[in-house]
Amino acid sequence: MSLYRAELRRLVLRRLTRWATVLGLAVLATVAVGVFLSNQKIDDAAWAKAEVAAEQDWQQQVRQTEEFRAECEQAAAQGDQSDRFPPDCSHISPPPPDAFPAEQYLPSTFEFRASFGQTLTAVGAILALVGFVVGSSFVGAEWNTGGMMTMLLWRPKRVTVLLTKLAALLTGLLALAVTTMLLWFGSFWLIATTRGSTEGMTAGAWQSFALTGLRGTVLALVAAALGFGLASLGRHTAMALGGAVGVTVVGQFGLGVLLSLTGAKFIGAWMLPTYVQAWVEKEVVLRDFQVCRVSPYGCEPETLTLTWQHSSGLLVAGLVLVLGGACWAMRRRDIS
Amino acid sequence: MTAVLEIEGLQKSYRSRRRGTRNALDGFDMRVEAGQVHGFLGPNGSGKTTTLRTLLGLIRPDGGRMRLLGHEVPADLSAVAGQVGAIVESPQFFPHFTARDTLSLLATAGQVRSTRIDEVLELVGLRDRSRERVKTYSLGMKQRLAVASALLKEPRLLILDEPANGLDPGGIREMRTLVRNLAEAGTTVLLSSHILAEIQLICDSVTIISLGRRVAFGPVEKVLATHSAGTVRVRLEVVADLPAASEALTRAGFRVTREPDHLLLAGVEQAAMVTRLLAGQGLYVSELVWVEADLESVFLELTATAPAPGQSRQVDQSARPTPVGQGSTGGWGA
Ligand SMILES: Nc1ncnc2c1ncn2[C@@H]1O[C@H](COP(=O)(O)OP(=O)(O)OP(=O)(O)O)[C@@H](O)[C@H]1O
Ligand SMILES: [Mg+2]
Repeated sequence: MSLYRAELRRLVLRRLTRWATVLGLAVLATVAVGVFLSNQKIDDAAWAKAEVAAEQDWQQQVRQTEEFRAECEQAAAQGDQSDRFPPDCSHISPPPPDAFPAEQYLPSTFEFRASFGQTLTAVGAILALVGFVVGSSFVGAEWNTGGMMTMLLWRPKRVTVLLTKLAALLTGLLALAVTTMLLWFGSFWLIATTRGSTEGMTAGAWQSFALTGLRGTVLALVAAALGFGLASLGRHTAMALGGAVGVTVVGQFGLGVLLSLTGAKFIGAWMLPTYVQAWVEKEVVLRDFQVCRVSPYGCEPETLTLTWQHSSGLLVAGLVLVLGGACWAMRRRDIS
Repeated sequence: MTAVLEIEGLQKSYRSRRRGTRNALDGFDMRVEAGQVHGFLGPNGSGKTTTLRTLLGLIRPDGGRMRLLGHEVPADLSAVAGQVGAIVESPQFFPHFTARDTLSLLATAGQVRSTRIDEVLELVGLRDRSRERVKTYSLGMKQRLAVASALLKEPRLLILDEPANGLDPGGIREMRTLVRNLAEAGTTVLLSSHILAEIQLICDSVTIISLGRRVAFGPVEKVLATHSAGTVRVRLEVVADLPAASEALTRAGFRVTREPDHLLLAGVEQAAMVTRLLAGQGLYVSELVWVEADLESVFLELTATAPAPGQSRQVDQSARPTPVGQGSTGGWGA
């Protein structure tokens, strides 16, 4: 317990923790402010304005059509044979008024029920990034400055030291994630009430958002644990960061090229980001347009649905592999 | 007397796929009695740090037995870790924390009362600089912080690997007083150092290691007496004759150390043998005296690491003692 308290304090004292937190929160705040500024509430005045704008556009279109028909008739009278105009000028007719619906002329507005879910994905991704960086440097810096060795002179149970450190990291991150999520829900509710609508928020919709937020938080914790495990395995922060970037960029890019050369189906199913997306958004539907199923509506692509359950399998496997490896290396390897 | 630290037949090899195995420790023995200040000496790369790291559970031995304060280690290390303060080869600290934060994190983790932090900071002379980041410290200040961290636990056994590294003359003297005071208060101190005059001043007993094996051990006077017997200093009438004399004596089987104006011979039984041999070569002795060697000469002699003129000695080029039944007193303790 005393070790846990020490590690928690170390986590909070670290500059990188503070900077990464501030930076992550700043990005999220910018997004929220951007959404706030670019949306407006739809009231009667806005409707009236939109109707006027739609009417104006329609009338202009009608005028242009009339002019064009006039030109066409003039040309026909002069015996013009060019194909600038259709052979029968009566085919040129103005568009009907309902081709210009007023809805399209409304300013953009924030509908909580329709749009809030996507923003949660962004929060989850940013928290995961913060978690990975903080997690890998929390243990990586200890390794490469020799702090880990000093700690082991005090607490010789190596795996306990490592896991206590991890527990402190996850506690800190959980606190950050929960606060961020609450702030995010709060500020977007505010945005929706002032710059949009909060209609249709049934208990089911709330539950769905809450679960998405929960999955985003879990994603951040998993990312932190993975960063922590990789940095402990490599005994260097740069190792974890470099490794992660290397795997995702080179591995995924190479794999993508290879798969498209062999004409494999559902390349997305081989890409890690797909699974992250599926985890937060509950499911991702991949479409393969090479194969068509004939249907009354034309070509229907074959689909593959990846659910968050698939992703959870992958996340658990990754965690077990990396953390198991880190604990094993911690027990076995010499420290010098 | 009770032993605070016992090592028996310690083995450690570093394996590397390209360079094969290196036996850093090759059946090393050591024993430190309670309440003593014990010096741990050996040339660079002889295995001192490896021994201490193994003892503290940082590296895994390949064989041998170790006991700390009566507990079998590494198996029982958790039981004694709170009573063993250690610094191993200039320890590093997280550079962006202050000395006070560093110590307070350790104190929390080790359940040491927080008033102890101020006591040790005062003791190592960092009181007024303790709120500055470790990054901004000088080498000696970092070393002082390391000593402070080792003292934080109020240890029964204090292990210091080259604590004088980077200390100023005043600091070295303070360290000497500190170690003496600790010993008087009942703390056992194990001290590795290359400053042999210092060791001779503060240590009760020593262990000398060469290429991973013990070459000598026991109380300082005893080691000096045992190993300086048979040492003579020889001066010649003509200084220019020294190289020739050195060569002749080496050929005759004496261990010769050349100094600018004289020779030191070890393993001499009868002084007359030396004079006779040299006179036979037309080299005339102007002075021949038996000397009581200091720790440095004994060390150089035992480890065979005295510099020879005209050649640079490489590390690992030192005495390789026979594994068992070595020439010195033998067995446990002294
Ligand atoms: N991590 C390692 N990997 C491989 N070999 C090592 C490692 N650490 C030490 N050695 C080797 O083990 C031997 C003993 O090293 P050690 O550090 O114990 O020497 P030392 O007595 O402390 O020397 P010094 O007086 O220079 O501090 C040396 O030959 C060294 O090269
Ligand atoms: Mg050393």
